[in-house]
Amino acid sequence: MASVEFQNVSKTFGSFTAVPDISFSIADGEFVCLLGPSGCGKTTSLRMIAGLETPSAGKVLIGGKDVTYLHPKDRQISMVFQDYALYPHMNLADNIAYPLKVRGETEDKRHARAREVADVLKIGDLMRRLPSQISGGQQQRTSLARALVYPSQVYLFDEPLSNLDAKLRLEARGFLNHLQRDMGMTAVYVTHDQAEAMALATRIAVMDKGRIVQFAPPIEIYRRPATTFVANFVGNPPMNLVPVAAMVDGGQLRLRADGLTLPSLPISDAIAKAAAKGKMTLGIRPEHLRMAEAGDTNTIAGKLFANENMGPESLVTMERADSGRVTARIFTDDEIRTGDQVTLSFDTRHLTLFDETGARIPAIGE
Amino acid sequence: MQISRSIYMRRAVFSVVASLIGVVFALPLVWFIFAPFNARAELGLAIPSPFTLSNFVTVFQNSFAMHALLNSLIQAFGGVILVGGAATLAAYALSRSSIPGKGAVTYILLLFSSVVSGSAAMVPIFLIISAIGLIDTHLAVILVFAGGLLPTAMFILRDFIDAIPRSYEESAMVAGASPIQAFFDVALPVIRPGIVVVVVWAFVNIWGSFLIPFILLRKDTLMPASVAIYSFYSEAGTPIVTLLAAYSLIYSLPVIVLYLFVNWKFGFRFFGGIKS
Repeated sequence: MASVEFQNVSKTFGSFTAVPDISFSIADGEFVCLLGPSGCGKTTSLRMIAGLETPSAGKVLIGGKDVTYLHPKDRQISMVFQDYALYPHMNLADNIAYPLKVRGETEDKRHARAREVADVLKIGDLMRRLPSQISGGQQQRTSLARALVYPSQVYLFDEPLSNLDAKLRLEARGFLNHLQRDMGMTAVYVTHDQAEAMALATRIAVMDKGRIVQFAPPIEIYRRPATTFVANFVGNPPMNLVPVAAMVDGGQLRLRADGLTLPSLPISDAIAKAAAKGKMTLGIRPEHLRMAEAGDTNTIAGKLFANENMGPESLVTMERADSGRVTARIFTDDEIRTGDQVTLSFDTRHLTLFDETGARIPAIGE
Repeated sequence: MQISRSIYMRRAVFSVVASLIGVVFALPLVWFIFAPFNARAELGLAIPSPFTLSNFVTVFQNSFAMHALLNSLIQAFGGVILVGGAATLAAYALSRSSIPGKGAVTYILLLFSSVVSGSAAMVPIFLIISAIGLIDTHLAVILVFAGGLLPTAMFILRDFIDAIPRSYEESAMVAGASPIQAFFDVALPVIRPGIVVVVVWAFVNIWGSFLIPFILLRKDTLMPASVAIYSFYSEAGTPIVTLLAAYSLIYSLPVIVLYLFVNWKFGFRFFGGIKS
């Protein structure tokens, strides 16, 4: 296992800049998820670690060694591809053992080792089959087995679960989680699925337009999203963002928006500075909203837009007068009888404030 | 009732017309199968009576024609190996590398290739081949065919390789394979169905071509079957139908055998291992 480091790496394809300038370092044994929407440069970054793309500028280090221009074969890395890339003309045994074959292992040895790994992944009895003769979940595990069959410094995953159905994906996710803790592997995992990133990563790098917006442990990303982009990307459903008019009045912060009833809030220097611009964004997670009861002072109200029953919880979405939507995740066994008008209440300690540019304003005492 | 009857009528008429058209196209093939076994075969269709192999016996005694079949094989195999090998490497490079303007290169080559194997270029080709001293050699025929067929072969193969995800070779290289290992272990087997198509196509092209060997070769001992078939014409220029039919049947066998072999061994199909 080894660390991975990017030093001012950029990558351009012709006139298109995929990654403008990126620097980060991943410690030995970390499981890092690169999370972001498609086209944010996460796959390009991963391919630069693998050596499948060469940076236009900057350095890539693996285990402290400069590998920027090193061929993929000499990097001692493993990679699981989104499309699995199993060799269609080889059976599972040969597929899994291929990395050992190019390392010059004898056929007996490499097939024995392949069988070992395959048994762990519960595909040991399929070794004579061709990739086209097994199911999607089994193909996924075969490609994982091929990545695990030889010792590697860094394990790279390029959306490995995105082609599985929901149930298999959960199963594979759990297995990867277990594997990571078991092996203590250094892994870089690309995904656009925030739930996958939250479940697997020790740290998440949220990327947008080729830049890392926030690089922090999952719980930090969830609780203290650095920008409205992160807030809107992480969480299921993501954080509600309500644009508000802000002003400081008598040493207190007053926020106004359609349907929002909120008493004055205490203030800090940072809040005062942001409020001076007049505009802010108020963030609140759907799970921190509940149906308002009489006497609630902090509420937000609007017309019911949708009520989706998810089993244990309901997603209640309402549309405020300015047509901004707010979704609440409501856990209750009671049937929610929502009239046309919905009022949701919340606790002020669950509020997150973002300034005019979308950057998070540190909470008081932080 | 009225409606269904008219539908039946229409279908019946359609079937009859379709059958008639089919028969028109089938007749020469039926003739081609029967005539070689008929000692008195003419251009008219007749069931052989008695059924005889005497035509074949006469053909087999014509050593020039028999040797020509061997020449055809040499030229076809030579051409196919050159076209198959060069087209695979070139198409792979054109597909996988990021050379600017590679699309234009392929199209221009394709455009010129129709000129190379066309009859308009025969005089310049003859002059070039004669200038490099290759007139009257198998090599001359092979090279000219390769030049004519390569662009199209490259074009077909490049399209085929473009459709194959790069992640095959990428996964091999990440796993520790050199680019050459990745090509031979992974890419080549995956492209093989495409190569097979190109090889069969090139073989059939060379096997049936008359003009190029006719112009570039002088010696009887080098002539391929497509030229030697003229030895079954009388001195007056009329075909000796019996022998011509028998020789034609023998002449067409390698192509049929090749098709059957390729279909059995490789199959004209693509097998997937990529989840999309």
